[in-house]
Amino acid sequence: MKPAPFSWHGPASVAEAVSLLAEVGHEGKVLAGGQSLVPVLAMRLASPAHLVDINKIADLAYVRTDADGVTVGALARHRDVERDVAAGAAQPLLAQALVNVAHPTIRNRGTTVGSLAHADPSGEMTCVLALTGGSVTAVSVRGERTIPAAEFFLGPLESALAPDELAISAYFPRAAPFSGSAFVELSRRHGDYALCGVGTVVTLDPDGAVVSVRCGYLSVSDTPLVLDLTQAWAAGPEEAAEVARAAVDPADDIHATAGYRRHLAGVLTGRSIERALARART
Amino acid sequence: MATRYFGTSMRRTEDLRLTTGNGRYLDDIGQDAVAALECAFVRSPHAHARITDIDVTDALEVPGVIAIYTYEDLEGPAAEPLPVLIPHPALHAPRTGYPLANEMVNHVGEAIVMVVARNRYLAEDAVERIRVSYEVLPPVVGIPASRAAVHAVHADVPDNVAAHLIQTVGDIDGQMASSPHVLEIDLEIERSCSMPLEGKGVYARWDADDRSLRVYSSTQTATSVRAAIAAKLQLPLGKVEVIAPDVGGGFGVKIMHPWPEEIMIPFAAMKLGVPIKWVEDRREHFISSAHERGQSQHVKVGFDDEGRLLALDVVFWHDNGAYTPYGIICPIVTSTQLLGPYKPRSYRVEFFSIYTNTVIVTPYRGAGRPQGVFAMERTLDRIADHLGLDRTVVRANNFIQPDEFPYDHGLIFQDGRPLIYDSGDYPTQLGMLKEMIGWEDFPARQAAAAAEGRLLGIGLACYVEGTGPGPYEGAHVQVQTDGMVDVAIGLTSQGQGHQTVFAQIVADELGVPFDRVRVVTGDTRRFGYAVGTFASRAAVMSGSAVALAARAAKAKALRVAGEILEVSAEDLQLVDGVVSVKGSPSHAIDLGQVAVLSNPLRYAFDDAAKAATQFAKPADPDKPPVAPGEEPGLEGRDYYSPPRSTFASGMHAAIVEIDAGTSDIKILEYKVMHDCGNLINPMIVQGQVHGGVAQGVGGALYETMAYDENGQLLNASFMDFLMPYVTEVPQMELGHLQTPSPLNPLGIKGAGEAGVIPVPAVLASAIENAMGFRISAMPVNPNLLFALRQAHEAGEIPATATNEKVDRT
Repeated sequence: MKPAPFSWHGPASVAEAVSLLAEVGHEGKVLAGGQSLVPVLAMRLASPAHLVDINKIADLAYVRTDADGVTVGALARHRDVERDVAAGAAQPLLAQALVNVAHPTIRNRGTTVGSLAHADPSGEMTCVLALTGGSVTAVSVRGERTIPAAEFFLGPLESALAPDELAISAYFPRAAPFSGSAFVELSRRHGDYALCGVGTVVTLDPDGAVVSVRCGYLSVSDTPLVLDLTQAWAAGPEEAAEVARAAVDPADDIHATAGYRRHLAGVLTGRSIERALARART
Repeated sequence: MATRYFGTSMRRTEDLRLTTGNGRYLDDIGQDAVAALECAFVRSPHAHARITDIDVTDALEVPGVIAIYTYEDLEGPAAEPLPVLIPHPALHAPRTGYPLANEMVNHVGEAIVMVVARNRYLAEDAVERIRVSYEVLPPVVGIPASRAAVHAVHADVPDNVAAHLIQTVGDIDGQMASSPHVLEIDLEIERSCSMPLEGKGVYARWDADDRSLRVYSSTQTATSVRAAIAAKLQLPLGKVEVIAPDVGGGFGVKIMHPWPEEIMIPFAAMKLGVPIKWVEDRREHFISSAHERGQSQHVKVGFDDEGRLLALDVVFWHDNGAYTPYGIICPIVTSTQLLGPYKPRSYRVEFFSIYTNTVIVTPYRGAGRPQGVFAMERTLDRIADHLGLDRTVVRANNFIQPDEFPYDHGLIFQDGRPLIYDSGDYPTQLGMLKEMIGWEDFPARQAAAAAEGRLLGIGLACYVEGTGPGPYEGAHVQVQTDGMVDVAIGLTSQGQGHQTVFAQIVADELGVPFDRVRVVTGDTRRFGYAVGTFASRAAVMSGSAVALAARAAKAKALRVAGEILEVSAEDLQLVDGVVSVKGSPSHAIDLGQVAVLSNPLRYAFDDAAKAATQFAKPADPDKPPVAPGEEPGLEGRDYYSPPRSTFASGMHAAIVEIDAGTSDIKILEYKVMHDCGNLINPMIVQGQVHGGVAQGVGGALYETMAYDENGQLLNASFMDFLMPYVTEVPQMELGHLQTPSPLNPLGIKGAGEAGVIPVPAVLASAIENAMGFRISAMPVNPNLLFALRQAHEAGEIPATATNEKVDRT
């Protein structure tokens, strides 16, 4: 479990990083927190010839909150986002989801943008980006572009980032007024990948009537799945669960059957919506 | 015995060192000026194949590669099959592998080529460039495939049966025929493994001038690894020394020996004349160490209206993996320890130990007991259910009673000795456990929870554990001239606290302060005869041995001091490191001075020696300075060899809650009653039990070895092999009962494995109680429980009929 030989690069600026990425192309891989990449290297499941380590680019380590929402720099650790009071107030789903990301030691090192770039459909933050309708901003020598969540996740472990692009930040819109959110998942052990997880955003009108119910799912589809369950929920919790069960497309693996994950999608949909509703009403 | 430290929760001497990064584990060795070379292995990617070609040409070009070895490079005994450590007449078709595969590979992970390089990175680069060609053969994976024997693991064992053993006590057929009730039960228990935090590891250094070999191995038995290396590499025993440094956990996998690497690393060190090190990585540990537990069981039981066992007939199939280097200890333990605290009127047990193309199976903490307890306790629960009796009543009706010890089951145990329980009090233990868990009140609690839509269940299980098997352990106690006491035992430590507990015993027995006692374990330079740390035997065996050796040293101290003080030894006492005349404390001599005087060669190296000379009497010119029968120095050496094992016992109970929606399983309460005789250090015993229960929870709810049909282990990493974290291990409460063992000088029984043994049975019982349908396979997890619920709803799994409060009379 030792990685194959690679060249390490430690650029001090975004400009330097993207020029390196342009040079090495498909042979390169960006290293941020390394919580997914390093084990993959150690098991020689991937052997990139070049690692572009962005840990020296200090000005990517930020969490900024403004009237629109929360912008997370590429070097912000999960733990920075989880503990950022302003970010938590603007978009509570961030912290609600982040406590489910592995363990504190991993969150201390792993980055939120890195987990988005990894595009794991079991990743909590991929689900949050999709559910909140956020985006990722990428830079290359060719310029900068912002990719909406709906276009960012192309498949399991496959994002829209080109090999020469560096994801420099992610943007999560501010939660709407009269809204509430929740994140519920079931994992085998505390901190494990979810067998199924459901994030929910519920929006009420000023009179407290439900205007919108939207749920995001992890570990039950190839890319983050977002469902509008407003009508289904209006028909009752069992209908919402049924819609969820019908919409998800889980696979069997050694930890759970597809049938069980589908069942969980239904159960957790109800629990997640109930919790989000309770929050919206307080 | 006069006690001062025995029975006290002394803080562990080793912990400051181990918890501040000052431990010295295998990988810490060989980092000095002459850095050791490192190695990596080409391991079989196939579960079953014939090797047709090995091409190392490309690998030799990797910079930093020093040597590459295959089977062809082995010679003499090293080229022969690895030993069958514990042969048994019933093991009619034993098979073992080679240090490097000889034509055939029989499981994924089997070592084929060894690469020695400047470091592990380069060695792995070279491994990637070695081309091995295979003729892939059909793999045999899982117990059903092995039993079906469409394909054979070893061509010359066509039925895949390595061993077949039947033991019978009493008139099983007659009793079965006349039993008022008869049930048949099929049970399954899955594989798990020891999974120590530190994997295996070997470092070897060859001294070409001295023609001697020093080996460090992360092992549970330094003395036996030494003997194996000497035999395989054809070295005189005196030229091989093996040291177990700090060992980061063993749990059984490191009592297996010699591992291929324990031969190959010394072999390469001798060939190359440079220190060589191999530290197992986690993937290697998963696919090339050992697993345990996998069994299929069939129970046929006859019983009376009170649930008394009249005829217990058990057949089980034990998956021993690809080879049988450790013999059939595990299934023998299952077949004998299955009986627990109960006394069936007749018993017949038959097992088949069978080959599969998977990692070998050798003892893992519990070593066959969890499976046996699972079979027995599931059976008792079924009987209770069938009769509508309280589960604890059925157990109590079958207990061996306190006045029946010693109790002879009429079977042969793992140590080849009769299965005779020495002491215990099972009814009292059960009463204490019921009190702790609130057994009588639970039905009301369960009903109240059910009214809120919550599923609660309670379960329990009992076990008896044969501990401290022989044949022997020894100890050497030496009082130094400064009054410090050095204790050496050959048995190893894997973090159990041996430095602490053996010092407690010696301090008491000798009469010195605890902090004057230094304990060395598992170093063949210091003590050459030992068996090893396994089978919950260290405290019983080495504890007794250090007590006896300390007594011998004390006797000599009093004899020498008596001559100096001119009183008879019986009039002397040894307290706090000072020998004094009873009733006349001013007539005293420090133990260190006694040590000086015990050696007639008395250069005054230090103050103790100078002071001691004042006691030196004029030598009798007609007597030799060392009298016949005496030895210079103040030492004691003795061995403890028991007639048979001593039997500890325990009973666990748990309350679980099942999430009605997700089938998630949560342990709400976990209670442990435990009887290991006299406690040397209650805190350490508690820690042992806690750790055991944690591993038991792993085996019951989390851990599996996910082999696919091709024999690939799909969860060979800590990401997918789910050992419980602290968040999954319940708070537990422990109660102790102490029925001392009459077999050893300290009245102790083993405690190392205890905690793990009944956990799958306890949790199966509790989950069944919560769900109201039968649980007959472990582990259970939410995914499986969901499937079981569906099967139950479809009428495929019967409901349990009753609960504790049903009275059918």
